[in-house]
Amino acid sequence: MAESVGVKEVKVVEGVTCPFCGVTCDDLVVHVENGKIKEVKNACVLGKDTFMHHLEGWATPRIHGKPATVDQCIDAAAEILAKAKYPLIYGLDSTELGAQRKSIELAELIGGNIDHTSSVCHAPSLQAVQTVGISSCTVGEVKNRADLVIFWGCNPAEAHPRHPTRYSVTAKGLFTPKGKKDRMVINVDVRPTPTARMADAFIQIKPNSDYEVFSALRALLKGHELDQAEVGGVAIDEWKTLLEKMKSSKFGILYWGMGLTMSRGKYLNIVALLTLTQELNRFTKFLAAPMRGHGNVVGMAQVLTWQTGFPFAVNMSRGYPRFNPGEYSVADLLAHGEVDAALILAADAIGNFPAKMAEHLRSIPMIAIDPKESETTKVATVVIPSAQAGIAAGGIAYRMDHIPLVMKKVVDSPYPSDREILERIIAKVAAMKNGGNGAPVPASGARG
Amino acid sequence: MSERRFTLITGRTTKQGRSIHLGKEAKEFLDEISTLQMNLKDIEVLGLQEGDQVRLTTRDGSAVVKFKKGDIPEGLVFIAYGGFVNALVGSDTQATGMPNTKGIEVEVERHG
Repeated sequence: MAESVGVKEVKVVEGVTCPFCGVTCDDLVVHVENGKIKEVKNACVLGKDTFMHHLEGWATPRIHGKPATVDQCIDAAAEILAKAKYPLIYGLDSTELGAQRKSIELAELIGGNIDHTSSVCHAPSLQAVQTVGISSCTVGEVKNRADLVIFWGCNPAEAHPRHPTRYSVTAKGLFTPKGKKDRMVINVDVRPTPTARMADAFIQIKPNSDYEVFSALRALLKGHELDQAEVGGVAIDEWKTLLEKMKSSKFGILYWGMGLTMSRGKYLNIVALLTLTQELNRFTKFLAAPMRGHGNVVGMAQVLTWQTGFPFAVNMSRGYPRFNPGEYSVADLLAHGEVDAALILAADAIGNFPAKMAEHLRSIPMIAIDPKESETTKVATVVIPSAQAGIAAGGIAYRMDHIPLVMKKVVDSPYPSDREILERIIAKVAAMKNGGNGAPVPASGARG
Repeated sequence: MSERRFTLITGRTTKQGRSIHLGKEAKEFLDEISTLQMNLKDIEVLGLQEGDQVRLTTRDGSAVVKFKKGDIPEGLVFIAYGGFVNALVGSDTQATGMPNTKGIEVEVERHG
């Protein structure tokens, strides 16, 4: 709804979905004045800053560091990708579902590798879920039913500030009318983060001991006695107490974070966690869920899985999808210097990768599609600015519990959306390949 | 003792998450990602004084950063994700796709 106040054009957009983190809060109210965001209500500090600073640090269209038009940049990007023999498409978790679908279509067209920021985040969780399955639920069920919430190797107080208040700690639900008083919150981590301060109990374990701890808990759950006095630096009796709380809860959930995925054991840590929570269902209702990072990180894994069968690290060079973490995953492709061109969309690869990976990216033709300047745009061969998804471009985002939500466009941008840029690159690449500069376009086109 | 082995934990902080929107060259962002959090006893054992810098060395690289006292157990050090972490993390994934980004062995010594 828009109304005129003098010369000002004021717009209040309600029910806005925040694109920053995986909680994707969908109750934001954004005040827009003359095309600029003036106020954001209901958001956490991270979400508020996402909207309030969206005009700062915009990227500009460039080729080899020189100013160019968006059209010229799209042509240059298409040329790089059409000529590449083993390209990489990466990033993708901070955009909307339509752009994510297009990125897969492009990967298929150029016979490239496609991976997303999950690869260096919760990919081990995705591997574990595909290995042993998951007993899980929506955040709504946690709000309404959970009387035991365990945060393991995650720090929602800093990374997902509204998760505790909307769903998991103080939230009042159907069977949890007193909120915090109706549930016990336990935090397990290697250090006391701000999440420990909102928990009823904090268990401090040794770094890299999670697999051992989950294995011990599984043994204890099966009635075995252990010889050791402690596991992971914590007394066995304390683990037995935790296990009793888990077994006696009516509805328990264990949320985990990158404390497990990024440390020794990787996906095996999550396999052990998921197996433990599945086995607890012999005693009570017990579930598990990952605390996902970027706004639409789940969307990319969803669309990639429904189109290729695999959630990350997919290779299309033979014309059909292949999955092999350790080979087609971004860290390994770059560390081994295998890819000869890259398209990075909605991610600061150079700013976030270990030095050796960034070094290879700097050495190859690279296209950066991003609303903002970053370490990646600084060195990219081609920079294409885009309208920021969830702020200046609409679309669908999947919440961390796999619920699709509509992201609204609240302001205009002079630049095209990620989806439109990819559509235009696809059209150019397809034309070049049809012109004899590569393999013909598959007759069936891309799925989805 | 001038240097000691620690376990390095990297991660998000609220300040890092907020200031990233100001740009990666913003003072607030750079301050946050270049400050190591240490236990007070470890600071004393290393003989660090306010204003000192520390050099972190892993098997994959090194970085010089500021330090501050943090609510962190002895033997652990923490730093927020950013360019300084990138210098310390290796690219080996043990064929999983995921580099070791937490729980890394690191030497800490006073710099300068």
